[in-house]
Amino acid sequence: MKYSWIFLFILSLFATPVMARLTIEITSGVDNPTPIAVVPFAGSLGLSEDIQDIVSADLLRSGFFRPIPKTDMLSMPKAEAEVFYRDWRMLGASYLVVGQMTNMGGRYQLQFELYDVISQRKIFQKQVAGTDSQLRDIAHAVSDAVYEAITGIRGAFSTKILYVEDLKQAGAGRYRLVYADADGARDRVLFSSSEPLLSPAWSNDMSKVAYVSFETSRPAIFIQELATGKRTQMTNFQGLNGAPAWSPDDQSLALVLSKDGNPEIYTLEIATKKLRRVTDHFAIDTEPNWTADGRSLIFTSNRGGSPQIYQVSLATGRVERLTFEGDYNARPRLSPDGKTIIMVHRRDGIFHITSQDVKTGNMRILTETWLDESPSIAPNGAMLLYATQHQNKGVLAAVSMDAGVKFRLPSKQGDVREPAWSPFSK
Amino acid sequence: MLKSIKSFAILAVVMGLMVGCSSNKPAEDPNAANAAGTGAGVTQSTVDVDNDLSAVAGLATVFYFEFDSAVLLPEGRAALIGHAEFLRNASKSVRLEGHADERGTREYNMALGERRANAVRDFLVLQGVSSSKIETVSYGEERPAVSGSGESSYSKNRRVELSYQ
Repeated sequence: MKYSWIFLFILSLFATPVMARLTIEITSGVDNPTPIAVVPFAGSLGLSEDIQDIVSADLLRSGFFRPIPKTDMLSMPKAEAEVFYRDWRMLGASYLVVGQMTNMGGRYQLQFELYDVISQRKIFQKQVAGTDSQLRDIAHAVSDAVYEAITGIRGAFSTKILYVEDLKQAGAGRYRLVYADADGARDRVLFSSSEPLLSPAWSNDMSKVAYVSFETSRPAIFIQELATGKRTQMTNFQGLNGAPAWSPDDQSLALVLSKDGNPEIYTLEIATKKLRRVTDHFAIDTEPNWTADGRSLIFTSNRGGSPQIYQVSLATGRVERLTFEGDYNARPRLSPDGKTIIMVHRRDGIFHITSQDVKTGNMRILTETWLDESPSIAPNGAMLLYATQHQNKGVLAAVSMDAGVKFRLPSKQGDVREPAWSPFSK
Repeated sequence: MLKSIKSFAILAVVMGLMVGCSSNKPAEDPNAANAAGTGAGVTQSTVDVDNDLSAVAGLATVFYFEFDSAVLLPEGRAALIGHAEFLRNASKSVRLEGHADERGTREYNMALGERRANAVRDFLVLQGVSSSKIETVSYGEERPAVSGSGESSYSKNRRVELSYQ
């Protein structure tokens, strides 16, 4: 069964639950979002989560849909026999989602159906089940299925994010590494410190995160297991210890060390702690990101006089420059299909997130906010999260890869930054 | 200058001895014999001579930089020469913390902060300070001196802070 992973989704985080600190404000959507009606699911009244609300919010946030308010609905069908297409055509809905929730001794099972109102046909019927604490997972699974059936793109509503929060008050818990759902809900503090934390990175199997912590009064790279909270210090070299990036097979980290004099890129085999130097240049080399085949790294270097993106082959050490537009291009991230590089680009003194087509080299500005940085692409390649400033506070924002859809996730406290969007759970 | 350091040092030794003596006085204290046996007061006072930072008290400890640059500005040189003069003869060590403003990416700024700290370190080493007395660490843009956007804030954040350990 497609959603059987929901049953297995037991992530017992050794972490502190906190109030949801991120909310969502849509700042721009596509011109003609597809109207969709998500009918409140029968049997879901009085549950600890409003499933219909979560699904509608997911679809709205994707930018491709305009959920129809439930107060406008003329009927509340729960199965095919009760669906009258005419009612939904009158509301202008192109698609309709109905379903019913059954409580089977504390386990919730949702049967849900997607209809094409225009061609008057059922697209699918699916089931998803989980416990009371998994009601949000159930809702996101519905969103994923609906989104994929209509757009042809795998939904990423069930994925997770990491970010760093700075409460901006000196003290033990000033800097926090936070784990949350992709919509900002169910946030948990994975680690907190009086000293700075940065550069969180997911392992590809989603079981661990790597990050930089200054808790020893110097930077060091740590790996933390999500299930147990167990932390392992991976590096303790003189100088920089930064920018960890997991290899596609999770066996190695690419990272930046300056122990040999200049910031250089290395790979560190996690099991053996074997270190291998990749770059050798007196300039700054930093912010490595693996290509999907694990054979090269793309990275930032100012070896040409200003920060630009380069690619280095791990086998030959050959370095190739990838960006030529502008005098500041940094922190590259490859899209999941490898066709696009996302980076931080400065134009006229303003920092934007831009995309560059790998083949043609064409660059496109995606964001026009203030001090945009740290882009992190969703595993389906549809959107990216980045850090920006809004009303003098650090906030997270998202933009679709075609720049059409934009939303903000403002924080309720402190500065929020350094987002890392998780891979798909296997 | 050197003379005043010397006379201050002697004064510090004398004061240290006095403190040491007075702390040994209470005979009722069951630990008194023990305390007297350590001679801690005398030892500490000699360290105090070396720890005296009054010679560098008036010198700047923050050194500023241009955007995306790790080139030491001329206005910082005089103070650094003073610090170097002191460090050459003292057993103290220094920690140099490099910082960047909030513009640009965080890990690149981490590297930039290190470059700035290294620029100050290299200058001190050229002035004859042993590199073993200098620790450098970069905080990138993670610890701004002042918050807020704009060049007036940025210019205060692109800096190296020197502190004696």
